[in-house]
Amino acid sequence: MVDTLSATRFAPVARPPAPSALSNALVFGWRAVLKFRHVPEQLFDLVMTPIMFTLLFTFVFGGALAGSPRDYLQFFLPGILVQTVVFNAVYSGMGLSTDLSKGLFDRFRSLPIWPLAPFAGLMVGDILRHLIAALIILTIGLVLGYRPEAGILGVFAALLLLIAIGFGTGWIFIVLGLLIRTPMTVMTIGFSFLFPLVFASNIMVDPGTMPGWLRSFVDINPVSLMATAIRALMGNGANFHQIALALVAPALLTLTLAPMTLWLYRKQ
Amino acid sequence: MSLLAPIEATPSHADAADLAICAKGLCKRFGNVRAVDGIDLEVPRGIIYSILGPNGAGKTTLMRMLATITTPDAGIATVMGHDLVAEPQAVRAAIAMTGQFASLDEDLTGRENLLLLARLWGFRGRAAKARADDLLGEFDLMDAAGKQVKSYSGGMRRRLDIAASLIITPGVLFLDEPTTGLDPKARQGVWRMIREMAASDVTILLTTQYMEEADQLAERIAVIDHGRKIAEGTSRELKAATGSGCLHVALVDPARADEAAGLLEARLGGTAQRHDEEARLSIVAHSPVEANKALAALMASGIELGDFALSNPSLDEVFFALTGYPTSES
Repeated sequence: MVDTLSATRFAPVARPPAPSALSNALVFGWRAVLKFRHVPEQLFDLVMTPIMFTLLFTFVFGGALAGSPRDYLQFFLPGILVQTVVFNAVYSGMGLSTDLSKGLFDRFRSLPIWPLAPFAGLMVGDILRHLIAALIILTIGLVLGYRPEAGILGVFAALLLLIAIGFGTGWIFIVLGLLIRTPMTVMTIGFSFLFPLVFASNIMVDPGTMPGWLRSFVDINPVSLMATAIRALMGNGANFHQIALALVAPALLTLTLAPMTLWLYRKQ
Repeated sequence: MSLLAPIEATPSHADAADLAICAKGLCKRFGNVRAVDGIDLEVPRGIIYSILGPNGAGKTTLMRMLATITTPDAGIATVMGHDLVAEPQAVRAAIAMTGQFASLDEDLTGRENLLLLARLWGFRGRAAKARADDLLGEFDLMDAAGKQVKSYSGGMRRRLDIAASLIITPGVLFLDEPTTGLDPKARQGVWRMIREMAASDVTILLTTQYMEEADQLAERIAVIDHGRKIAEGTSRELKAATGSGCLHVALVDPARADEAAGLLEARLGGTAQRHDEEARLSIVAHSPVEANKALAALMASGIELGDFALSNPSLDEVFFALTGYPTSES
């Protein structure tokens, strides 16, 4: 504590002009970037699971599933990218839940800022996470022998689609984050919903050998549609139909859950 | 339960626009619970005003409504002349709020927390950094500026939290239980800061469950309980409303506490308050003569006193006189 008080302590300050909505959103984006710097272990979590999956599936099951590990990797790598992005969306929901339970959002809500700016910041963080994780997995894949037939443009297009998929999935966790005050519960509920979706899909295996009832589910599972589109984009070319099908679920999630997010946020 | 009529000492013709806060009939319910049940508030500009009440009285809900964080179910209010519901952004531009729990990002450093808020208020580049550093200096946090908030002590967090509310000079500063959980030294520090801020024309609305805190800091106090305002006035007015003094007795034999309480109540009227140790009682006395007679009655019955005193009632005793039960029971 200071005992001698200067005359300027708590002197009134001149107010700057009110910032724009975009400026508010960028500030929250900056916060997301700072989080990467201060909590680097989050990145470790983020990429360790997909790296393990890639290595284990390729070398343990690859030969049995596709004849050789290398052939399997060619099939599996685009799928693991989808799985990673879908699972990674959990982090913004957990972050939101933490902010809410700590009272940080009360402060944000008492500020004269664009009300959606904090969510825009979460999205920026998400997109960065998706890109970092996807690039790391892609690099490992290339080292192990994966070759994207569509070349750099195909990979670039696949990354854009992955971001769209992550954006759509992110809303699930943002809504959960607004509803649930314990970050761990957000993760548990989110995963128990996403795990069956991700495994009962065509990410790991061709559904040809599955029983009929499961196969009919796998064929319409949005995760399968996403994996099919990413595979085609990075492989021998995707058609409009495949990309449109992959975008149905993210678009529906955004259209229903974004207004719900705003409603929940205002209601609390 | 003896309910006193609120003391009307604020000018009744005051224009809402001249007041820092003017609220009429504010209500908020959660399910069946009426957290805030029709509260009127008139807070003049430039003073420290305290909302005093036990846990669960509705203090935080009232403050969250006035800070536009939650919308009232009924009632109207203006803050610095702006309507709470119709112009929330104008209200937000005129206030700052420090919640009950440090509303900081624990992963970021102290400086980054202040930079984040400075940028949200519209400071750019160097101006934002300069503002953050000014506040770090004013709140004695320069040494810890580069450390993550998760490593801060309770007192440091509280200082940073209040600093974060002073990025711009607010018209009204809301402080929700600013010293709850702080050690005595840190509490003194926060009190000093609150007094200094009030000296610079900021209106401060602070909630507290500490009688001493309201007594020490606030020019006016509203006592609330179960979502209702049960009394309002200066500390002196509240004390005067509940009797001129308070008689405290300590009994030698705790077993005779019931008997002693009965005698005191018969002589003085009102209810005797038992303290933690059964052997101590206090009761409002309207004059020293009455207190003397009550003491004489105790002695006549052979109840031995270890100690007795006649004092101004503390706000704790005021609360007991107003509600009929001690604050700790709520």
